[in-house]
Amino acid sequence: MINEAEIWKFLEDVKDPEIPVISIIDLGIVRSVTINDNAIQVEITPTYSGCPAMDVINMDIRLKLMEHGFRKVQIKQILSPAWTTDWMSEDGKNKLTAYGIAPPNQKQQFCKEEMFQEEAVQCPRCSSFTTELLSQFGSTACKAIYTCKACSETFDYFKCH
Amino acid sequence: MFKKQKIMSDSIKVFSNLSSPLGGQGAFLYILHLADNVLILGQRNSEWTGHGPVLEQDIAITNISLDYLGQARNFYQYAAELYNGFSDDEKQSVDKWLPRLWKDYNRGLEEDDLAFLRDEHQYLNLLLVEVPKGDWAKTVFRQFLFSCFQYYLFQNLQKKSSDQQIAAIADKSLKEISYHLKWSSEWVIRLGDGTDESHRRMNDAVTDLWKYTGELFQPALYEESVFQAFGVAIQEIQESWNKKVDDVFAEALLKVPEQTGNLTGGKAGRHTEHMGYLLAEMQYLQRAYPNSKW
Repeated sequence: MINEAEIWKFLEDVKDPEIPVISIIDLGIVRSVTINDNAIQVEITPTYSGCPAMDVINMDIRLKLMEHGFRKVQIKQILSPAWTTDWMSEDGKNKLTAYGIAPPNQKQQFCKEEMFQEEAVQCPRCSSFTTELLSQFGSTACKAIYTCKACSETFDYFKCH
Repeated sequence: MFKKQKIMSDSIKVFSNLSSPLGGQGAFLYILHLADNVLILGQRNSEWTGHGPVLEQDIAITNISLDYLGQARNFYQYAAELYNGFSDDEKQSVDKWLPRLWKDYNRGLEEDDLAFLRDEHQYLNLLLVEVPKGDWAKTVFRQFLFSCFQYYLFQNLQKKSSDQQIAAIADKSLKEISYHLKWSSEWVIRLGDGTDESHRRMNDAVTDLWKYTGELFQPALYEESVFQAFGVAIQEIQESWNKKVDDVFAEALLKVPEQTGNLTGGKAGRHTEHMGYLLAEMQYLQRAYPNSKW
Protein backbone atom coordinates (compact mmCIF):
# COMPACT_ATOMS: atom_id res chain seq x y z
CA MET A 1 0.00 0.00 0.00
CA ILE A 2 1.43 3.32 -1.05
CA ASN A 3 1.55 6.18 1.43
CA GLU A 4 1.71 9.92 0.95
CA ALA A 5 5.30 10.21 2.17
CA GLU A 6 6.42 8.06 -0.73
CA ILE A 7 4.61 10.31 -3.21
CA TRP A 8 6.33 13.37 -1.70
CA LYS A 9 9.62 11.50 -2.19
CA PHE A 10 8.84 10.87 -5.86
CA LEU A 11 8.00 14.54 -6.36
CA GLU A 12 11.54 15.47 -5.26
CA ASP A 13 12.60 14.20 -8.69
CA VAL A 14 10.40 16.75 -10.48
CA LYS A 15 12.62 19.75 -11.22
CA ASP A 16 11.82 23.36 -11.94
CA PRO A 17 12.13 23.40 -15.75
CA GLU A 18 13.66 26.88 -15.69
CA ILE A 19 16.07 26.26 -12.78
CA PRO A 20 16.78 22.53 -13.04
CA VAL A 21 18.90 22.34 -9.86
CA ILE A 22 15.91 22.72 -7.57
CA SER A 23 12.88 20.48 -7.25
CA ILE A 24 9.28 21.54 -6.92
CA ILE A 25 9.54 20.45 -3.26
CA ASP A 26 12.50 22.81 -2.74
CA LEU A 27 10.46 25.57 -4.38
CA GLY A 28 7.62 24.98 -1.95
CA ILE A 29 4.88 24.90 -4.55
CA VAL A 30 3.44 21.49 -3.60
CA ARG A 31 0.73 22.21 -1.03
CA SER A 32 -0.69 18.75 -0.42
CA VAL A 33 -0.78 15.17 -1.58
CA THR A 34 -3.90 13.07 -1.03
CA ILE A 35 -4.47 9.44 -1.91
CA ASN A 36 -7.96 8.07 -2.45
CA ASP A 37 -8.01 4.37 -3.32
CA ASN A 38 -5.41 4.46 -6.08
CA ALA A 39 -6.10 7.99 -7.30
CA ILE A 40 -3.68 10.73 -6.30
CA GLN A 41 -4.50 14.39 -5.95
CA VAL A 42 -1.64 16.87 -5.88
CA GLU A 43 -2.32 20.50 -5.01
CA ILE A 44 0.18 23.00 -6.32
CA THR A 45 0.35 26.75 -6.11
CA PRO A 46 1.78 28.89 -8.94
CA THR A 47 4.82 31.08 -8.35
CA TYR A 48 3.60 33.85 -10.69
CA SER A 49 0.19 34.04 -12.40
CA GLY A 50 1.66 33.87 -15.88
CA CYS A 51 4.58 31.55 -15.17
CA PRO A 52 4.91 29.38 -18.30
CA ALA A 53 6.74 26.74 -16.27
CA MET A 54 3.53 25.81 -14.43
CA ASP A 55 2.02 23.92 -17.37
CA VAL A 56 5.30 22.03 -17.83
CA ILE A 57 5.45 21.27 -14.11
CA ASN A 58 1.90 19.88 -14.20
CA MET A 59 2.89 17.55 -17.00
CA ASP A 60 6.16 16.54 -15.34
CA ILE A 61 4.32 15.61 -12.12
CA ARG A 62 1.96 13.47 -14.14
CA LEU A 63 4.81 11.76 -16.01
CA LYS A 64 6.84 11.16 -12.86
CA LEU A 65 3.93 9.54 -11.04
CA MET A 66 3.16 7.47 -14.15
CA GLU A 67 6.72 6.17 -14.09
CA HIS A 68 5.93 4.83 -10.64
CA GLY A 69 2.72 3.25 -11.88
CA PHE A 70 0.12 5.85 -10.94
CA ARG A 71 -2.21 6.65 -13.79
CA LYS A 72 -5.00 8.37 -11.93
CA VAL A 73 -3.50 11.71 -11.05
CA GLN A 74 -5.41 14.90 -10.50
CA ILE A 75 -3.49 18.16 -10.24
CA LYS A 76 -5.27 21.06 -8.69
CA GLN A 77 -4.09 24.66 -8.76
CA ILE A 78 -4.47 26.57 -5.49
CA LEU A 79 -4.16 30.36 -5.74
CA SER A 80 -4.68 31.35 -2.13
CA PRO A 81 -2.80 31.61 0.14
CA ALA A 82 -0.48 32.90 -2.54
CA TRP A 83 2.93 31.29 -2.90
CA THR A 84 5.77 33.06 -1.16
CA THR A 85 9.52 32.58 -1.44
CA ASP A 86 9.49 31.93 2.33
CA TRP A 87 8.13 28.48 1.45
CA MET A 88 11.35 27.67 -0.35
CA SER A 89 13.49 25.16 1.59
CA GLU A 90 16.89 26.05 3.04
CA ASP A 91 18.27 23.21 0.98
CA GLY A 92 16.73 24.78 -2.12
CA LYS A 93 18.27 28.17 -1.29
CA ASN A 94 21.71 26.57 -0.92
CA LYS A 95 21.32 24.84 -4.26
CA LEU A 96 20.40 28.14 -5.90
CA THR A 97 23.53 29.83 -4.51
CA ALA A 98 25.73 26.97 -5.72
CA TYR A 99 24.11 27.35 -9.15
CA GLY A 100 25.01 31.07 -9.25
CA ILE A 101 21.57 32.51 -8.46
CA ALA A 102 21.21 34.63 -5.32
CA PRO A 103 18.40 33.07 -3.22
CA PRO A 104 15.44 35.18 -2.10
CA ASN A 105 15.79 37.27 1.04
CA GLN A 106 13.39 36.75 3.92
CA LYS A 107 9.96 38.22 3.37
CA GLN A 108 10.35 40.95 6.04
CA GLN A 109 12.28 42.78 3.36
CA PHE A 110 9.57 42.10 0.80
CA CYS A 111 9.63 44.86 -1.74
CA LYS A 112 6.33 46.66 -1.23
CA GLU A 113 5.11 49.43 -3.46
CA GLU A 114 7.39 51.95 -1.73
CA MET A 115 9.68 53.47 -4.28
CA PHE A 116 13.43 53.47 -4.75
CA GLN A 117 14.15 50.94 -2.02
CA GLU A 118 16.71 48.31 -2.80
CA GLU A 119 17.34 45.07 -1.07
CA ALA A 120 20.75 44.03 0.21
CA VAL A 121 21.43 41.07 -2.03
CA GLN A 122 24.47 38.91 -1.47
CA CYS A 123 26.64 37.97 -4.45
CA PRO A 124 26.45 34.18 -4.97
CA ARG A 125 30.02 34.15 -6.27
CA CYS A 126 32.07 36.12 -3.71
CA SER A 127 29.46 36.64 -0.93
CA SER A 128 29.90 40.42 -0.97
CA PHE A 129 26.93 42.61 -0.11
CA THR A 130 28.17 45.54 -2.19
CA THR A 131 25.88 44.70 -5.06
CA GLU A 132 23.69 46.87 -7.20
CA LEU A 133 20.34 46.39 -8.89
CA LEU A 134 20.74 46.31 -12.65
CA SER A 135 17.18 45.43 -13.65
CA GLN A 136 14.01 44.80 -11.65
CA PHE A 137 13.03 42.11 -14.13
CA GLY A 138 15.20 39.31 -15.45
CA SER A 139 15.19 36.21 -17.64
CA THR A 140 12.05 34.88 -15.93
CA ALA A 141 9.23 36.50 -13.96
CA CYS A 142 10.75 35.34 -10.66
CA LYS A 143 14.19 36.91 -11.10
CA ALA A 144 15.87 40.33 -11.07
CA ILE A 145 19.40 41.12 -12.29
CA TYR A 146 22.12 42.41 -9.96
CA THR A 147 25.76 43.15 -10.42
CA CYS A 148 28.50 42.71 -7.79
CA LYS A 149 30.81 45.67 -7.29
CA ALA A 150 33.40 43.55 -5.48
CA CYS A 151 33.96 40.80 -8.05
CA SER A 152 32.14 42.30 -11.08
CA GLU A 153 29.91 39.26 -11.44
CA THR A 154 26.46 39.95 -12.93
CA PHE A 155 23.96 37.52 -11.49
CA ASP A 156 20.30 36.60 -11.19
CA TYR A 157 18.50 37.25 -7.92
CA PHE A 158 15.45 35.13 -7.13
CA LYS A 159 13.15 37.98 -6.00
CA CYS A 160 11.44 37.70 -2.66
CA HIS A 161 7.75 37.40 -3.38
CA MET B 1 4.89 4.69 -24.15
CA PHE B 2 2.70 7.48 -22.89
CA LYS B 3 0.33 9.24 -25.17
CA LYS B 4 1.79 12.67 -24.77
CA GLN B 5 -1.08 14.55 -26.35
CA LYS B 6 -3.59 13.17 -23.89
CA ILE B 7 -1.38 14.12 -20.96
CA MET B 8 -1.05 17.65 -22.25
CA SER B 9 -4.73 18.15 -22.80
CA ASP B 10 -5.92 17.20 -19.33
CA SER B 11 -2.94 18.42 -17.35
CA ILE B 12 -4.31 21.89 -16.74
CA LYS B 13 -7.14 21.20 -14.38
CA VAL B 14 -7.80 24.30 -12.41
CA PHE B 15 -11.22 24.75 -10.90
CA SER B 16 -14.07 22.36 -10.40
CA ASN B 17 -17.60 22.63 -9.09
CA LEU B 18 -17.41 26.32 -8.37
CA SER B 19 -20.32 28.63 -8.12
CA SER B 20 -20.33 32.28 -7.18
CA PRO B 21 -22.42 33.74 -4.36
CA LEU B 22 -22.90 36.74 -6.64
CA GLY B 23 -25.26 34.85 -8.91
CA GLY B 24 -25.28 34.57 -12.67
CA GLN B 25 -25.03 37.65 -14.83
CA GLY B 26 -23.43 40.06 -12.34
CA ALA B 27 -20.60 37.70 -11.48
CA PHE B 28 -19.98 36.68 -15.07
CA LEU B 29 -19.79 40.23 -16.42
CA TYR B 30 -17.67 41.49 -13.54
CA ILE B 31 -15.17 38.67 -13.99
CA LEU B 32 -15.05 39.34 -17.74
CA HIS B 33 -14.41 43.02 -16.99
CA LEU B 34 -11.48 42.17 -14.68
CA ALA B 35 -10.11 39.71 -17.23
CA ASP B 36 -10.50 42.05 -20.21
CA ASN B 37 -8.63 44.87 -18.43
CA VAL B 38 -5.51 42.77 -18.00
CA LEU B 39 -5.73 40.91 -21.32
CA ILE B 40 -5.98 44.13 -23.32
CA LEU B 41 -3.28 45.97 -21.37
CA GLY B 42 -1.10 42.86 -21.60
CA GLN B 43 -1.56 42.87 -25.37
CA ARG B 44 -0.75 46.60 -25.59
CA ASN B 45 2.37 46.29 -23.44
CA SER B 46 3.56 43.27 -25.41
CA GLU B 47 3.87 45.55 -28.46
CA TRP B 48 7.11 46.73 -26.84
CA THR B 49 8.65 43.26 -26.99
CA GLY B 50 11.84 43.67 -28.98
CA HIS B 51 11.30 47.44 -29.19
CA GLY B 52 11.95 48.59 -25.59
CA PRO B 53 14.11 51.68 -25.08
CA VAL B 54 16.80 49.57 -23.38
CA LEU B 55 17.08 45.82 -22.91
CA GLU B 56 16.23 45.83 -19.17
CA GLN B 57 13.00 47.75 -19.76
CA ASP B 58 12.09 45.64 -22.76
CA ILE B 59 12.29 42.66 -20.39
CA ALA B 60 10.38 44.53 -17.68
CA ILE B 61 7.37 45.50 -19.79
CA THR B 62 7.24 42.02 -21.34
CA ASN B 63 7.27 40.44 -17.89
CA ILE B 64 4.42 42.69 -16.82
CA SER B 65 2.48 41.51 -19.88
CA LEU B 66 3.15 37.94 -18.85
CA ASP B 67 1.78 38.57 -15.35
CA TYR B 68 -1.34 40.04 -16.97
CA LEU B 69 -1.84 37.06 -19.25
CA GLY B 70 -1.66 34.83 -16.19
CA GLN B 71 -4.18 36.94 -14.30
CA ALA B 72 -6.45 37.04 -17.36
CA ARG B 73 -6.30 33.25 -17.67
CA ASN B 74 -7.31 32.82 -14.05
CA PHE B 75 -10.33 35.08 -14.53
CA TYR B 76 -11.38 33.62 -17.91
CA GLN B 77 -11.07 30.06 -16.60
CA TYR B 78 -13.30 31.01 -13.70
CA ALA B 79 -15.84 32.76 -15.94
CA ALA B 80 -15.98 29.75 -18.27
CA GLU B 81 -16.33 27.35 -15.36
CA LEU B 82 -19.19 29.42 -13.92
CA TYR B 83 -20.94 29.62 -17.27
CA ASN B 84 -20.75 25.87 -17.82
CA GLY B 85 -22.51 25.37 -14.49
CA PHE B 86 -25.21 27.98 -15.12
CA SER B 87 -28.93 27.22 -15.35
CA ASP B 88 -30.58 27.77 -18.73
CA ASP B 89 -31.98 31.10 -17.55
CA GLU B 90 -28.58 32.29 -16.37
CA LYS B 91 -27.03 31.20 -19.66
CA GLN B 92 -29.67 33.17 -21.52
CA SER B 93 -28.96 36.27 -19.44
CA VAL B 94 -25.33 36.46 -20.59
CA ASP B 95 -25.87 35.20 -24.12
CA LYS B 96 -25.12 38.48 -25.84
CA TRP B 97 -21.59 38.53 -24.38
CA LEU B 98 -20.71 35.09 -25.72
CA PRO B 99 -18.63 34.57 -28.86
CA ARG B 100 -20.67 33.81 -31.96
CA LEU B 101 -18.12 31.36 -33.41
CA TRP B 102 -18.04 29.30 -30.22
CA LYS B 103 -21.77 28.64 -30.48
CA ASP B 104 -21.11 26.35 -33.45
CA TYR B 105 -18.44 24.35 -31.62
CA ASN B 106 -20.95 22.38 -29.56
CA ARG B 107 -18.71 22.07 -26.54
CA GLY B 108 -18.38 23.78 -23.15
CA LEU B 109 -17.05 27.31 -22.91
CA GLU B 110 -13.25 27.62 -22.49
CA GLU B 111 -10.87 30.42 -21.55
CA ASP B 112 -9.58 30.90 -25.10
CA ASP B 113 -13.10 31.34 -26.50
CA LEU B 114 -13.64 34.28 -24.18
CA ALA B 115 -10.22 35.79 -24.80
CA PHE B 116 -10.00 35.44 -28.56
CA LEU B 117 -13.44 35.08 -30.13
CA ARG B 118 -15.64 37.84 -28.81
CA ASP B 119 -16.49 40.88 -30.93
CA GLU B 120 -15.44 44.37 -29.98
CA HIS B 121 -18.68 45.41 -28.25
CA GLN B 122 -18.50 42.28 -26.05
CA TYR B 123 -15.28 43.37 -24.35
CA LEU B 124 -15.80 45.19 -21.05
CA ASN B 125 -12.37 46.70 -20.40
CA LEU B 126 -11.60 50.27 -19.42
CA LEU B 127 -10.81 52.63 -22.28
CA LEU B 128 -7.56 53.49 -20.50
CA VAL B 129 -6.04 50.08 -21.24
CA GLU B 130 -6.83 50.02 -24.97
CA VAL B 131 -5.46 53.34 -26.19
CA PRO B 132 -2.22 53.04 -28.19
CA LYS B 133 1.01 52.64 -26.29
CA GLY B 134 2.48 55.94 -27.49
CA ASP B 135 6.04 56.67 -26.40
CA TRP B 136 7.74 55.23 -23.32
CA ALA B 137 6.45 58.07 -21.14
CA LYS B 138 2.85 57.35 -22.12
CA THR B 139 3.30 53.62 -21.60
CA VAL B 140 4.77 53.95 -18.10
CA PHE B 141 2.25 56.63 -17.12
CA ARG B 142 -0.69 54.46 -18.19
CA GLN B 143 0.95 51.59 -16.33
CA PHE B 144 1.15 53.70 -13.19
CA LEU B 145 -2.49 54.86 -13.39
CA PHE B 146 -3.75 51.33 -13.92
CA SER B 147 -1.46 49.57 -11.42
CA CYS B 148 -2.40 52.11 -8.77
CA PHE B 149 -6.10 51.47 -9.41
CA GLN B 150 -5.66 47.70 -9.55
CA TYR B 151 -3.63 47.74 -6.34
CA TYR B 152 -6.34 49.37 -4.20
CA LEU B 153 -9.19 47.55 -5.92
CA PHE B 154 -7.59 44.13 -5.47
CA GLN B 155 -6.77 44.85 -1.82
CA ASN B 156 -10.50 45.36 -1.35
CA LEU B 157 -11.40 42.23 -3.31
CA GLN B 158 -8.86 40.17 -1.39
CA LYS B 159 -10.28 41.26 1.97
CA LYS B 160 -13.97 41.68 1.24
CA SER B 161 -14.97 39.39 -1.62
CA SER B 162 -17.51 36.77 -0.57
CA ASP B 163 -16.68 35.04 -3.82
CA GLN B 164 -13.74 32.87 -2.77
CA GLN B 165 -12.30 32.50 -6.23
CA ILE B 166 -12.22 36.24 -6.91
CA ALA B 167 -10.57 36.74 -3.50
CA ALA B 168 -8.00 34.05 -4.31
CA ILE B 169 -7.11 35.52 -7.70
CA ALA B 170 -6.81 38.97 -6.08
CA ASP B 171 -4.56 37.52 -3.38
CA LYS B 172 -2.33 35.87 -5.98
CA SER B 173 -2.22 38.93 -8.26
CA LEU B 174 -1.47 41.51 -5.57
CA LYS B 175 2.18 40.60 -5.19
CA GLU B 176 2.69 41.11 -8.90
CA ILE B 177 0.67 44.34 -8.88
CA SER B 178 2.77 45.76 -6.01
CA TYR B 179 5.87 45.23 -8.09
CA HIS B 180 4.27 46.84 -11.17
CA LEU B 181 3.20 49.82 -9.08
CA LYS B 182 6.67 50.30 -7.66
CA TRP B 183 8.29 49.98 -11.07
CA SER B 184 5.89 52.35 -12.84
CA SER B 185 5.91 54.96 -10.02
CA GLU B 186 9.68 55.09 -10.23
CA TRP B 187 9.54 55.61 -13.98
CA VAL B 188 7.00 58.43 -13.73
CA ILE B 189 9.29 60.18 -11.24
CA ARG B 190 12.46 59.46 -13.20
CA LEU B 191 11.02 60.98 -16.39
CA GLY B 192 8.93 63.71 -14.77
CA ASP B 193 11.88 64.94 -12.70
CA GLY B 194 14.41 64.21 -15.42
CA THR B 195 15.52 66.24 -18.42
CA ASP B 196 13.49 68.93 -20.18
CA GLU B 197 12.71 66.43 -22.91
CA SER B 198 11.58 63.67 -20.54
CA HIS B 199 9.53 66.13 -18.49
CA ARG B 200 7.79 67.41 -21.62
CA ARG B 201 6.97 63.88 -22.73
CA MET B 202 5.64 62.92 -19.31
CA ASN B 203 3.52 66.05 -19.26
CA ASP B 204 2.11 65.17 -22.69
CA ALA B 205 1.26 61.71 -21.39
CA VAL B 206 -0.64 63.22 -18.46
CA THR B 207 -2.59 65.48 -20.83
CA ASP B 208 -3.36 62.59 -23.19
CA LEU B 209 -4.45 60.05 -20.60
CA TRP B 210 -6.10 62.01 -17.81
CA LYS B 211 -9.47 62.04 -19.56
CA TYR B 212 -9.64 58.25 -19.28
CA THR B 213 -9.24 58.17 -15.48
CA GLY B 214 -12.82 59.19 -14.68
CA GLU B 215 -14.06 55.84 -15.94
CA LEU B 216 -12.10 54.03 -13.19
CA PHE B 217 -14.47 55.38 -10.57
CA GLN B 218 -17.81 55.33 -12.39
CA PRO B 219 -19.10 51.81 -11.73
CA ALA B 220 -21.01 49.95 -14.43
CA LEU B 221 -24.22 48.23 -13.31
CA TYR B 222 -22.48 44.89 -12.82
CA GLU B 223 -19.78 46.58 -10.72
CA GLU B 224 -22.34 48.29 -8.55
CA SER B 225 -24.02 44.99 -7.74
CA VAL B 226 -20.68 43.35 -6.94
CA PHE B 227 -19.44 46.26 -4.81
CA GLN B 228 -22.70 46.25 -2.90
CA ALA B 229 -22.52 42.51 -2.29
CA PHE B 230 -18.90 42.75 -1.06
CA GLY B 231 -19.27 46.02 0.84
CA VAL B 232 -16.62 47.70 -1.33
CA ALA B 233 -16.81 51.51 -1.40
CA ILE B 234 -15.48 52.86 -4.68
CA GLN B 235 -15.06 56.30 -3.06
CA GLU B 236 -12.48 54.86 -0.67
CA ILE B 237 -10.57 53.35 -3.55
CA GLN B 238 -10.70 56.68 -5.33
CA GLU B 239 -9.36 58.50 -2.24
CA SER B 240 -6.41 56.11 -1.91
CA TRP B 241 -5.76 56.37 -5.64
CA ASN B 242 -5.86 60.18 -5.54
CA LYS B 243 -3.45 60.27 -2.63
CA LYS B 244 -0.94 57.99 -4.30
CA VAL B 245 -1.19 59.93 -7.58
CA ASP B 246 -0.66 63.21 -5.70
CA ASP B 247 2.41 61.82 -3.90
CA VAL B 248 4.00 60.56 -7.10
CA PHE B 249 3.09 63.72 -9.03
CA ALA B 250 4.70 65.88 -6.33
CA GLU B 251 7.98 63.97 -6.66
CA ALA B 252 7.72 63.88 -10.44
CA LEU B 253 7.08 67.64 -10.65
CA LEU B 254 3.82 67.01 -12.46
CA LYS B 255 0.46 68.70 -12.01
CA VAL B 256 -2.92 67.06 -12.00
CA PRO B 257 -4.56 68.73 -14.99
CA GLU B 258 -7.80 70.64 -14.82
CA GLN B 259 -10.44 68.13 -15.84
CA THR B 260 -10.46 68.29 -19.62
CA GLY B 261 -13.39 66.03 -20.41
CA ASN B 262 -14.17 62.54 -19.33
CA LEU B 263 -14.29 59.64 -21.78
CA THR B 264 -16.18 56.52 -20.72
CA GLY B 265 -17.96 53.57 -22.31
CA GLY B 266 -15.41 50.74 -22.39
CA LYS B 267 -16.99 48.97 -19.44
CA ALA B 268 -20.28 48.89 -21.36
CA GLY B 269 -18.66 47.66 -24.58
CA ARG B 270 -18.39 51.04 -26.34
CA HIS B 271 -14.76 51.34 -27.32
CA THR B 272 -12.38 53.78 -28.99
CA GLU B 273 -11.48 53.39 -32.65
CA HIS B 274 -8.20 51.76 -31.55
CA MET B 275 -9.83 48.65 -30.13
CA GLY B 276 -10.74 47.02 -33.44
CA TYR B 277 -7.15 47.13 -34.67
CA LEU B 278 -5.88 45.65 -31.44
CA LEU B 279 -8.39 42.79 -31.62
CA ALA B 280 -7.67 42.13 -35.29
CA GLU B 281 -4.05 41.45 -34.43
CA MET B 282 -4.67 39.63 -31.17
CA GLN B 283 -7.42 37.38 -32.51
CA TYR B 284 -5.84 36.60 -35.88
CA LEU B 285 -4.90 33.01 -35.17
CA GLN B 286 -8.20 31.89 -33.66
CA ARG B 287 -10.15 33.67 -36.41
CA ALA B 288 -8.04 32.24 -39.24
CA TYR B 289 -7.87 28.72 -37.73
CA PRO B 290 -10.99 28.41 -35.57
CA ASN B 291 -10.73 26.11 -32.57
CA SER B 292 -7.04 25.43 -33.22
CA LYS B 293 -5.00 24.02 -30.32
CA TRP B 294 -1.34 23.62 -29.55
